[in-house]
Amino acid sequence: MSNDPKHRFNPFSMHVNVDDFIPATDEEKEYIVQMRPSTTFFRDGVRRLCRNKVALISFIVIVIITLSAIFIPLFWPYSYEQMLGVVPGKPVDPSYNNLQPFAYGKTEQKIIEEGGSVFPHIFGTDSSGRDYFIRVVYGTRISLAVGFFASLIVLIIGIVVGSVSGYIGGKVDLVIMRIVDIIYSLPDMLMVILLASVLRQTIGDALEGTVLERIGSNIISLFIVFGILYWVSMARLIRGQILSLREQEYVMAAKATGARPFWIIRHHLIPNCISVVIISTALQIPNAIFTESFLSFVGLGVNAPMPSLGSLASDALNGISSYPYRLIIPALVISLIVLSLNLFGDGLRDAFDPKLKS
Amino acid sequence: MTERNETPLVEARHLKKYFQVNVGAFKTAPLKAVNDVSFSIMRGETLGMVGESGCGKTTVGRTLLQLYKPTGGEIIYDGEKIESPASLKKFRTKASMVFQDPYSSLNPRMTVMDIIAEPLDVHKLCRTKEERRERVLQLMDYVGLNSEHASRYAHEFSGGQRQRIGIARALAVKPEFMVCDEPVSALDVSIQAQVINMFDELQDRLGLTYLFIAHDLLVVRHISDRIAVMYLGKMVELASAGEIYDRPLHPYTKSLISAVPLPDPEKARANRRIILKGDIPSPLRAPSGCPFRTRCAYATEACAESMPELKDVSGGHLVACHRTAEIND
Repeated sequence: MSNDPKHRFNPFSMHVNVDDFIPATDEEKEYIVQMRPSTTFFRDGVRRLCRNKVALISFIVIVIITLSAIFIPLFWPYSYEQMLGVVPGKPVDPSYNNLQPFAYGKTEQKIIEEGGSVFPHIFGTDSSGRDYFIRVVYGTRISLAVGFFASLIVLIIGIVVGSVSGYIGGKVDLVIMRIVDIIYSLPDMLMVILLASVLRQTIGDALEGTVLERIGSNIISLFIVFGILYWVSMARLIRGQILSLREQEYVMAAKATGARPFWIIRHHLIPNCISVVIISTALQIPNAIFTESFLSFVGLGVNAPMPSLGSLASDALNGISSYPYRLIIPALVISLIVLSLNLFGDGLRDAFDPKLKS
Repeated sequence: MTERNETPLVEARHLKKYFQVNVGAFKTAPLKAVNDVSFSIMRGETLGMVGESGCGKTTVGRTLLQLYKPTGGEIIYDGEKIESPASLKKFRTKASMVFQDPYSSLNPRMTVMDIIAEPLDVHKLCRTKEERRERVLQLMDYVGLNSEHASRYAHEFSGGQRQRIGIARALAVKPEFMVCDEPVSALDVSIQAQVINMFDELQDRLGLTYLFIAHDLLVVRHISDRIAVMYLGKMVELASAGEIYDRPLHPYTKSLISAVPLPDPEKARANRRIILKGDIPSPLRAPSGCPFRTRCAYATEACAESMPELKDVSGGHLVACHRTAEIND
């Protein structure tokens, strides 16, 4: 063998030249020690969600719509129920009814001529002289609230029933699932209409004088209808998840330490199916909004004068040839909300469903 | 191994566990996973339990810890029958379990800290957060995990490390008795050795008593004081580790021992393997009498008639076979 390994190439022996190595810098050492930060499933999902442009834009649209529905009524000079032509002690001024966008009523015109300024009616007014813009904003608020709270009710009932049914199993599961099957087999729109018309009467009487009366018996009956009808699919979904999760060994391990069923459900089962639950709730919201709009459109929704997007569209039908924008605006808002919620829900599913994980 | 005294810590008497399984559209039949098994484990001892897949060894472990409600028989721990909810609650802080699969036995949504602390939280053993943290770090130190790992999730670890996490969790309640349900069979051989040695060390250090379930005979021999052999829900032989290897009496044990691969080729060539005919019968249609008779080379008509009892044949060597004396002449 040669004395100078640098100049002789021997394929069977590896000669390491010490000069080729440089000491690691402090920065590099730091890198080895720290390794990569520990990522959680949740953070991983959020990162993937942020990479999805469609979902991100949908999310921004939802946030903007929600924030404006909450905050615009706080500072808007008109309220949703104020008839601008009606001033106490004076005859009704019909010039305020059915104003075109950015048009003004008689008294407002006068103020403007005198050099004063009047807040514009961006979408004009409706047939009773109410500012249409604020009514649309308020209707959005109602629709979003109904969608959100109805989904929340569905979520709570679904989690409770689904996890009890899935975890306990046996006869309890059998009974609950047969009830679910029965509710599932009923035509849901028919049930919604029937329940809504029956409940609004009974609830209206029951609520008289309570705080809930202000919200309106119709909205509350809507919540109940959603609660009664739509928990079934959520309960089924959660039951299915829990059935497969409870066979995992970590559940057995928790049992071996003496954990009670409630502990196991809360610490092991729900956290492991929460992504599926969130996704399905996100997709439930537009569904509820859609149903609420439909019910309001057929006259079973919110109590007048409270607007919802559906009742606004329904009211607009009377003047559809003269004022088509009054139908188009609420319809567009509904579409925008439902579309962006659906797209966002899809994005959530792509980001959090581990089965689609690439 | 630690000094052993001769008082049983855990005793199973006529333990039975049947599962109802659907055999037809409307019919269920009992699957006798564990069929009348009695044994006792002395304080500080390791009882190894071997047998082929489906013989009920895991079910014995789980029933012993009351993870399955026994169909019959009783479990006596430290002289006290485990029956009432109060005795069970106390038992849960004395006995714990290490699971076979280090992947599915750790909740993927919990940090190592929370996984190990779960038994402490369930039994409210730590009053302050600090106390809890210190105890977890101590446990991690016992099993050779770095304290920096506490905030990580289980999926960030290798199989061996995960099994260490599982062991730390089992140690959290300061148990006296641990059921180790094939704790090393999911690990590769080099890691197996580390984990097995750790079990040994922990036993010395903490005075633990083990029921060590495995199907690897060499692993069981290394760690066990006594070994029980199971076949089709029955215990067929129980003796000290050395006895089982040097002088197996039951024909099933003989064939198991002959199947152990020997590292020395000379010996391996000389080793006469006893190859059993047929498969293990379905526990749903267990043979009458001795469960092993369908595959046993020595079976006679008498074997079909009655189930042989587990009898002491020589100084603590128990065997369940009608023909022990004739076969082993």
